[in-house]
Amino acid sequence: MENRTDKNSYTILFAIGMVLVVGALLAFVASSLKPNIAENKRIEKQQNILYAMGVNENEEGSANFISTDKVADAFTKYITKQLVITNETKAEENKEAYLIDVKKEQSKAKSGEERRLPLFIGEKEGKTFYIAPIRGKGLWDAVWAYVAMDENMIVQGAYFDHQGETAGLGANIKERFFMDDFIGEHLLDASGNFVGINISKSNADPLNKDKTDNEVDAIAGATITGDGVAAMLRSDLKLYVPYFKTLKN
Amino acid sequence: MGLLSRKDSKLILDPLADDNPITIQVLGICSALAITAQLKASIVMAVSVLFVLGIGNVVISLIRNIIPSKIRIIVQLTVVAALVIIVDQVLKAFSYQLSKELGAFIGLIITNCIIMGRFEAFALGNGPWRSFLDGIGNALGYGVILIIVGFFRELLGSGTLLGFKVLGDPIAKTGLYSIGYENNGFMLLAPMALIVVGVIIWVQRTRNKALIED
Repeated sequence: MENRTDKNSYTILFAIGMVLVVGALLAFVASSLKPNIAENKRIEKQQNILYAMGVNENEEGSANFISTDKVADAFTKYITKQLVITNETKAEENKEAYLIDVKKEQSKAKSGEERRLPLFIGEKEGKTFYIAPIRGKGLWDAVWAYVAMDENMIVQGAYFDHQGETAGLGANIKERFFMDDFIGEHLLDASGNFVGINISKSNADPLNKDKTDNEVDAIAGATITGDGVAAMLRSDLKLYVPYFKTLKN
Repeated sequence: MGLLSRKDSKLILDPLADDNPITIQVLGICSALAITAQLKASIVMAVSVLFVLGIGNVVISLIRNIIPSKIRIIVQLTVVAALVIIVDQVLKAFSYQLSKELGAFIGLIITNCIIMGRFEAFALGNGPWRSFLDGIGNALGYGVILIIVGFFRELLGSGTLLGFKVLGDPIAKTGLYSIGYENNGFMLLAPMALIVVGVIIWVQRTRNKALIED
């Protein structure tokens, strides 16, 4: 006798029912958690920006953000201006510039539209930081960063992050030993041309004492992630060069 | 184990040693190679699989009599995928930092063959309680191997455990590094995980000759 569950009609009905039940369940979970997730992402952006300018709770060797309950106050305290740069040098203030999605702006630029460049200006202990959000490609997925610079485009701090780089290898770009290497590095060469910062496997400066060589030491086993980070720094920070030039005039 | 009958406790204890999913059943090797470069990632993966396999086995067992046999693999896959997405979303909403650290690992649970293997081999033919125990047992057996491999890879590859520099500082040349010890970067690459798993299998079969096949 044929089993009831072997019938084609039963199979199809079961499949439809399963899709409806699972779909409804996941839709319910996703939509009920959506506000929490969006809020977490918003807080994280503020934490990233503050981290880059040195407002963080770093302990020896580990990278820690400022805690979530303090972030809103700290953000209004330290970030004095949020700019949106268009047309290379035209800067306008925009209180929600930090919510601009760099990924969307990049695809806008690809389709010929104008890309808006957010830039955050922070003040801490009398020093001014210019923090730019940038985004690029690693080995498996996106990598992005917040880079704090002074008016000479010398890096003052950086926060790197990634979507899915290999744990223990490429994922180490968000470790202190890598991020801290960027502090003090020059993005311009001696004559003031933009060259970016290379992630070098062959530099003779693993302790990173030479800050003007436009190079930091690479992570072993993470060549493609490193190349992606270098390419991101080159292509995205270059767009800010005209604005930085106006600062000096 | 007064709580469980002998048959039931066997379901939990067997996968820990003589019926281990990785070293004996040879399931879940892929994730054991991929994520064990750090001890922390290994532990988290072990806990996540424990959750998904425990619940998934119960769900499959509860609906085992109404699943059409022609599409049972698809049904199993849907159950795993749904559970994994729920775990992922809940972590993102309530423990954002942790979910960031786990990154792609959570999604990788779906591809873990132990889960499909236990659904197919056990949950489809047994009641919910026994399936639950089987799921927990196999996830623990998997986790034990993951943690052993992660321990050796992180210790020998990076000189750290859970991020703490247990062997001294390789750059400042303190601790073991002061007498010329170097980290073995090869340990961080996937092939060395296979070798570590191989050594575990060797040790296990040397101790219990009954496991050796002809």
